[in-house]
Parts: sequence; C-alpha cells; structure tokens
Amino acid sequence: MMDFIRTPLRFVFDRAERGLALVFPPEWNPLLNLGALGFFFYWIITASGIYVYAFFDTGVTQAYDSIEYMTRDQWYAAGVMRSLHRYASDGLIVVMLLHFIREFALDRYRGVRWFSWITGVPVLIMVYVAGITGYWLVWDRLAQYVAIVTTEWLDHLPIFGEPIARNFLSPDALESRFFSLMVFMHIAIPLIALILLWMHLQRVSKPRINPPRGLAIGVMASLLVLSLVHPALSQGPADLAKVPGSIGLDWFYLPLYPILENWPGPVTWSGAGVILVLFCSIPWLPPMRKTQVAEVNLENCNGCTRCANDCPYNAISMRVRSDGLPFESEAVVDPSMCVSCGICVGACPTATPFRRASDLVAGIDLPDGTVADLRQEVEKICQPFKGKNRILMFGCNHGVSMSGLKQDNVRTVSMRCIGQLPPSFIDYVLSKKLADGVVLTGCSENGCHARFGTRWTDARIARERDPQLRRRVPRERLRVVWAGRAGRGKLDTLLRAFTDDLSALPAEKPPVHKASDRKKLMELADG
Amino acid sequence: MVRLLQFAGQGIIYAAAACLIGYFATAPVYKQFPEGKAQIKLSFAHGANRTKACRRLTSKEIAKLPPNERRPNTCERKRVNVQVQLDVDGTRLLDISLKPIGLAGDGPARIYRKFAVEPGTHMVIARLRDSRSTEGFDYETRREIFLSAGQNMAIDFKADAGGFIFR
Repeated sequence: MMDFIRTPLRFVFDRAERGLALVFPPEWNPLLNLGALGFFFYWIITASGIYVYAFFDTGVTQAYDSIEYMTRDQWYAAGVMRSLHRYASDGLIVVMLLHFIREFALDRYRGVRWFSWITGVPVLIMVYVAGITGYWLVWDRLAQYVAIVTTEWLDHLPIFGEPIARNFLSPDALESRFFSLMVFMHIAIPLIALILLWMHLQRVSKPRINPPRGLAIGVMASLLVLSLVHPALSQGPADLAKVPGSIGLDWFYLPLYPILENWPGPVTWSGAGVILVLFCSIPWLPPMRKTQVAEVNLENCNGCTRCANDCPYNAISMRVRSDGLPFESEAVVDPSMCVSCGICVGACPTATPFRRASDLVAGIDLPDGTVADLRQEVEKICQPFKGKNRILMFGCNHGVSMSGLKQDNVRTVSMRCIGQLPPSFIDYVLSKKLADGVVLTGCSENGCHARFGTRWTDARIARERDPQLRRRVPRERLRVVWAGRAGRGKLDTLLRAFTDDLSALPAEKPPVHKASDRKKLMELADG
Repeated sequence: MVRLLQFAGQGIIYAAAACLIGYFATAPVYKQFPEGKAQIKLSFAHGANRTKACRRLTSKEIAKLPPNERRPNTCERKRVNVQVQLDVDGTRLLDISLKPIGLAGDGPARIYRKFAVEPGTHMVIARLRDSRSTEGFDYETRREIFLSAGQNMAIDFKADAGGFIFR
C-alpha cells in the first residue's frame, strides 16, 4: 500500500531533481536543500518580522493603519520587509511540505528515523498556526474572515464557556487587547517551533541548516524582486458590521478554510484528528523494516574514531576501552539511532579485502551483510569474468537501477550505500585483476539516501578523508558517477565512454594469484 | 556558454517559483458569502434558571455539613434548557432548545448561528425562555430592521440589559 503511494511520488521527485540538475550545480539543487531552505526562510521571516514589528501598532484601528503606513508611505523599506515576511512565509510552507513528501517518497521516515519525522509534525502545525495568527494582525477583510472562521471552528470544541467567535460579533465587541494577545502568539509560536526544530535535528549528524551561498542569493533575489513587483497588500480594513464577501485567500496557509467554514464541525475535527494520528503513526505502519544494526567487533577495533566521524546519524560514540587492549577508546553503536547504512564499515581501516592471514572481520560490520560477504560476492561475480574492458560496478540500493544493463562487459555489486564500500576494495579489484576498471555509482550528488555516502566516497577517493584510496590505484581505471535513480542514461553514457577509454589503455599483465587464492576462486566459480 | 545557459535556466526556475508564490498568495479569489445577501447572526451565552428553586437549609441539615461548608441556602446545580425562537418576516428561522454546558449541566447555554437573508426591511422577532415553565417565553423582542447587501447584523442577548440586543 505504502509503495503504491511512494513509487509515483519517488518518480516525480527523481524527474524533478534531474531536471533541476540540468541548470543547478549539484550542491545548489533546491530539491536537495529543502531543509536548509526552510531554515533560510525562517531567518528571513524573523529578520523582516523584527523590522515590521517596530512600526506595528496594536489596536483595533491602529493595526490596519500602521500596516497601511508601512505599505504605502514606506513601501521602499517597511513595505518591502512586509512583503518579504509574507512571501518567505509562503516559501517556508512550500519547502516544508515538499520536505515532508520527499522524505516519505524516499522512505526516510521509518525505523530509527521516526524521531525526525515525529518532531517534524508539530513544527508543521506550529508554522501554520504562526502564519494564521500573522494574518489576524493585519486586521483587514482577510484577517476578519480568518479570525471568524478560526474561532467558529474552535467553538465546535466543548471547552469554551462562551463562544470565542463572539469576540467578532459586532464592531463594538472587539478590543485592542486582542491584538496584544495575537502579537504574543505570533512571536511565541515560532520560537517554540525553533526549539522543536532543534529537537528535529538531534539525531542527524552535521545537519545542513544553511543553503549554499549561490542558492541563498538566488532565493533572496527572487523574493526581493517579487516583493517589489508584486508587493503584499491589505484587502481593505476589517468591518465587523459587514460580511467580507470575496477574499483573496493565501492558498498556502488557508486552503482548508473553505472546508472548515462549510463542513460540519464534528466532521472537520474528526478529519483533522484522523490525519494527525495518521501522520504520527506513519513511521510504524507496515511493512516494517527490520535490518540489523552495525556491530562492533572489539578484537578488530583500534578505536580510530573514523566510524564515529563518518556516521550520518550520530549512532556511534567512542568510550574508554573496556577489553584491556592497548587502545584509548572503542566504538559503541546506539541501536536506536543506527539506520544500517554501512557507512561506518566503509570507514573502518580493518575492513580490507586483502586480509587473508586471518578471517575478514572488520572492527565494525553489518551482521547481515559483512565485509567478508562483500568480498565473497565480488570474487564470485568476477570468476569467471573474461573478455576485454571488464568493468565491475559498485552501486547502492537507492541509486540508479543496475539491472538490465546492455553492456556485456559490466558486472555489478549492489550495497546498502556506496559509502559502505571501503576504498581498499577498488584497489583489491584492480590489483588482483578481477576487472579492468571499476565504476562507483549511487544516489545523485548531494542527494545520498544515507546523507553522506557519496560525499565521503568522493573524499576517500580524493585522499581527503580516511580511509584514503591508495596512491597506487590507477585513477584512469576508476570512474565515479552519482547518477541518482533517474540517471540511467547518464550511467549508460559513462559506461560506454569508460569502455572506450579502457580499450585505449595498455593491456594489463595477467593476474598472479597464490595457489590458495586460485583454489578458492575456482571453488567460487563452480558455485 | 553552458554556464550562461545554466544561469539563465536558474533565473527561469526562480522566476517561476516567485510567480507561483506571488499568485497563490492571494488568488484565486474565494467567494465566501453570496453576493447581494445580508447576514443575521444570533449569538449569546446565557445561564438559565436552576431546575429547582433554591431553598433554605434546616438547622439540622446545616449541622450535618462540615464546618467549612456550612451555608444557609442550597441550590440545585443543573439548569433548565434555554428555548429560543427567531422569526424573520413571519418565517421561523430557528426554534431550538439549548442545553446548558458543563458536566453537571450547570453552565450557560450558548448559541452562534448565521442566517443569510435578502437585503431590505425585515420584521425580526426573537424569543427566549429560561425559566422552569414549559410554555410561553420570558423575553420577546420585535424589531424592524433594514439590511443593505453585505451587511452583518448581530443579535445578542443579555438578561441584565433587558433581553435581546440588536447590533
């Protein structure tokens, strides 16, 4: 059922991401920066809100007049700030909703990721409430409509002694204190949302809360142009002696208001309750995902801290050595935070396929997909692997599909995340002549399903991050393509070009295996 | 050249996003109330009489009470329903019995209703019963009103002010 919803959504996001990648550099792609853009909009709203508040008067008639003064008399400063405040708020809703839907589509809300999902739900509600209270403050015809519909909806709850909508019964019913209350709410709610956002990021390592400068400049410039060309305007002063007939609704914040207004209260409240419960229970709805978390093998762990540094979800910490071995610390995995991406395994210096003297057991490993299993799979796939320009491609389960490749000279190994691949495997494949070239592929650049898989892999290959790819590995026999799910064409193009490049390279000498290795490989080849 | 085209593409994306936000921030216009109509809003919160009249406690009853709860009178908590009628030009728009709120039924009865009417002159009659009697009304107000299109007239009720208030 969930896949039935997720698959088309994922397709749409893949296509959109790929389309945007045509004009945006990978790090600027807006779809890959939705969370950071949300923060950016939040800061714009905060800064413009502080400026606008300096000119705002809290009073039944003063509120509207003060905003008109800003919009008309000070259009070049406070007016622009008002528009920025308004349009950045709309932008915040857009990126938040897209962020929610995208995380759902990419299946990044279940398992240990429930925490980020659950803490995101109240943030979304708070942002909506903050926006709605902001509309009240303008006290124009739209504010009148919003105030009346909101209070009428709240009055369906049997908790108010007197209907709160009576505050808007007639012009003489409204008091200026109401605006003071609204101002307080309009400031307090976003602050609470900020605290919730802090919680939202607690289980994420190195969260990206600032968009890249180029993207930030582009977004800010477009908001500024929009504010100047199409400034936010009030819709005439509120008059409780009249019914606001036609209203220019903000469809980002108020799309449900016509429903709240026209549908029976029990239906809308029940609907809201059901949607809220559904949102909060989504991480635990079937099918449940059961993966085994990473395990530390102390006898192979030297406490190097690389796994803890590379973990995208703060699931690994270092503590004082407990087994008496002469190392300062040891890695500890928090099962409640591990997503089983395997990036820690790729970071472990003991996860090297060259080990033959002892069993290949890494300092940290995935019980249901060990490094030893990976080596075995590589060797099995490459024996026999005959012909020219043999390419072994490592990919991930979330990136471009590697099935149905047309090239006969390409064989594939799929992993949880490309970051799970220790760089020594590339050296192993090429030095043992298991293949003539190696291709690494996976999610789109900057859009890794496990956040840092592509980034750390790039850094390891570039020898900027441990464990580094050895210098002896011929770089001309290695290609990296962050194609993403929609990047099959890009991958095919690269494979064709790489095949041509390999054929132009001087022939490699045949591999020299030890007798024991040869015997083992023959056994594998026989199945 | 490619870089220039990319910047142009980014500009188009930014412009499209800005247009999208700018448009849906106020459009399309929503008609929340039929044009050419006026509105009458009836709303109040009023505590009706108790289901039984208060009575004086006997000295024995007072003596049985804890010292800090002794009082001369006792009253039933529950209140009777409030009966309301609203007629406009001889047509009954509302005839309802409102229950008091609260778990013990000791709170005020409340109402908040809206009626769309044609603009023009109307004879409005509002009636309310809050006593233990089962017939007739304790309050009745007749008022000829004039409503222009789009006008909102509120009918409130305050017993202290003598009954219905037209605003």
